[in-house]
Amino acid sequence: MSHPRLPAGEGTSDPSPPARRGFLAGIAAIAAAGVAFLAPVWSGIRVALDPLGRTRQDPDLVPVASLAALPADGVPRKFRILADKIDAWNTHVNVPVGAVYLRRTGDTIEALNVVCPHAGCFVNLAPDRSRFVCPCHKSSFSLDGAVNDPASPSPRDMDALDVEVRDGDQIWVRFRNFLPGRAEKLPVA
Amino acid sequence: MRALLGWLDDRTGYRGLLRKALVESIPGGAKWRYVWGSTLLFAIAVQFVTGLVLWAGYSPNANGAWESVYYIENNMAGGWMLRGIHHYMAHATMVLLVLHLMQVVVAGAYKAPREVNFWFGLALLHIVMGLSLTGYLLPWDEQGYWATKVATSIAAVTPVVGPALQKVLVGGAEYGHLTLTRFFALHAGVLPGALIALIAGHVFLFRRHGITTDAGSDAVGDEPARKRRDGMFWPDQALRDTVACLAVMAAVLFLVIRAGGAPLGAPADPSEPFPAARPEWYFMFLFQWLKYFPAGTEVIGAIVIPGIVVTLIALMPVAGRWRLGHRFNLGLMGAVLGGIVLLTWQAYTQDGADEEFVFAHNSAEAAAKRVAELAAGPDGIPPGGALTLLGADPLTQGPRLFADRCASCHTYDGHDGLGRPVTEPQTAADLKGFASREWLAGLLDPDRVATLEYFGGTEFAQGRMVRMVQRRVASYDADRREQLAKVVKALSAQAALSYQAALDEADRDDIAEGTALISSAPIRCTECHEFQGVVEEPWGPVLTGFGSREWLTAIIRDASHPSFYGDRNDRMPAFGPDEILSDVQIALLVDWLREEWEVGGG
Repeated sequence: MSHPRLPAGEGTSDPSPPARRGFLAGIAAIAAAGVAFLAPVWSGIRVALDPLGRTRQDPDLVPVASLAALPADGVPRKFRILADKIDAWNTHVNVPVGAVYLRRTGDTIEALNVVCPHAGCFVNLAPDRSRFVCPCHKSSFSLDGAVNDPASPSPRDMDALDVEVRDGDQIWVRFRNFLPGRAEKLPVA
Repeated sequence: MRALLGWLDDRTGYRGLLRKALVESIPGGAKWRYVWGSTLLFAIAVQFVTGLVLWAGYSPNANGAWESVYYIENNMAGGWMLRGIHHYMAHATMVLLVLHLMQVVVAGAYKAPREVNFWFGLALLHIVMGLSLTGYLLPWDEQGYWATKVATSIAAVTPVVGPALQKVLVGGAEYGHLTLTRFFALHAGVLPGALIALIAGHVFLFRRHGITTDAGSDAVGDEPARKRRDGMFWPDQALRDTVACLAVMAAVLFLVIRAGGAPLGAPADPSEPFPAARPEWYFMFLFQWLKYFPAGTEVIGAIVIPGIVVTLIALMPVAGRWRLGHRFNLGLMGAVLGGIVLLTWQAYTQDGADEEFVFAHNSAEAAAKRVAELAAGPDGIPPGGALTLLGADPLTQGPRLFADRCASCHTYDGHDGLGRPVTEPQTAADLKGFASREWLAGLLDPDRVATLEYFGGTEFAQGRMVRMVQRRVASYDADRREQLAKVVKALSAQAALSYQAALDEADRDDIAEGTALISSAPIRCTECHEFQGVVEEPWGPVLTGFGSREWLTAIIRDASHPSFYGDRNDRMPAFGPDEILSDVQIALLVDWLREEWEVGGG
């Protein structure tokens, strides 16, 4: 067995105490190191992946606007959604959580989430109010939210939301976001 | 696989690197006492792993730091264990550092040619202490806040640059958002960066010089003066090292599981005293040390003497050249460590014997428990932070207000509200369970009405009420006493105490009878007290709604109001009109006296 000179470890010969014992010791050393790191690494992974274990319940409908605020002219108008929000450790009461386009045609009221189903940008109403256009990748939707241009990158129509009129004059909406980039409409849970 | 590894080695030369890392001669063979350096590396690696994940959950701002740590500790899956490991591994690092240093000094490993590496090690020691100090503040709880305030205040005694240094560290004149962002940058960026650089140098130099075998020997790798068979780092020493690391981890896990995570006190409150403020145990010697330096000499205790000690340690390699140098160094180390042990022991025995400290310590634990309960409650933590939860909590604020404003005359269950004995002689009623059935029964008991529990200490000790109870009630026969018991139930029901709601519901008939008796013979309280609009000669406090929220609020606001004692009021201040207490504070006191507070989840 050679003794390496300075700097230590320059030697080329194998470290060869009885090979079998050395091999077992090496395995044992690796195993011990692995076990020693198990708890910190495991709890680190669990904490890092903690969001996966959290699912959101279906939100209730929230009041958005009075019927009087929405003329029955078939033109969409944007409204803020105020709701209670739990943001990790904070609970916020009645804060903006998103926005919807509401559109009233005769007796029907439609609600569309303003978020583009393609990549999550905030969709605009075109200046002439004839259609929706996403400012990011130019997806184009008709006023009822349907994709109206085959060149649009959006994989689906704008996301319609449950809407109800309560007490004869209050518009309530079940505000939800949906996973972007997919043809199916899956709520973000 | 083999071909792939061969390709990789061809491009990177990793096999050579690995061999270099693993093939190190250990003169005289592997030994358990060589493990300390490796356990330190392990501990620091664990701190990096756990620290990075904690970083991903931590929010360094004054309204979010405590809250995010609370969230990690209580809401995130495995968060308590992650934080617990980070916390207790920091403690273990301190212990390992001292063991490593002792091993180095005893073995004389500071001597030529290893002087520079010794200095690297000392620098590393200081960086780890800096990491401990900065990390202690980050949860922004009472402990960390007040203990770190002491540390930054001490920084201000540094000659010439002190005040500027403090301001830069704190990020302004006062503790706030910037203190946290700065301490966090130090804790998670600057100091770990420096740590990595110095460790790289430390390990490189260590490998260059090889292991130190015997005290005083200058054996380096090229001096084949060894008797025993040599060993190799891999796998002989590596196995010992990893087993030692495993033992360290087991000890840390034991502490984590025993404590159920890492401690988190109540959120920092600059407006409340916190006499339980202490640094972590490994800095307790410094805390104790500073007690011995009277005003004006702090700089000697905090800067000059520690500076001299550190300089002497840094000069160990120089002293070591002298014939008796090694002994001198051993003596120096023994003296420093002995001093540290002695000071630490003194600090803990003094605290343990200090009733005020023990009380403060227990109160701090109670507050920490309470805020955790509130944060887990249905309303969660508001955006203003968890401190607002405690501020609006009758169970927390009631006793404090009582101790400050009421306990100079009243007691609460015999104490001052917070659980301390009253210092001034009691002169007014004990208010624990005020308006409850038990309380009223005591008031109407001829043997108790004139004791300190009720009117004994007031001007009313010889008043009409006391006389009435001591003469008329004392002569009641069994029937009357039964009627009186119904009056007690009826009067107590006026308070609508939530903790008595079930009893009130069950005794509705008795209460109806008692209510009628309040204003009719033979009991007739309305001889002197107004009740539901009936009174003969108004003298004592109105009994309508006695002990209710409104009634208590009104009497605390102004006991001299004609509805209560009028101009016969003894000494009770007009807390409302004189603006001694705000309406919010009175409401907190009232809710606490009525034992109405959020029970909370958790």
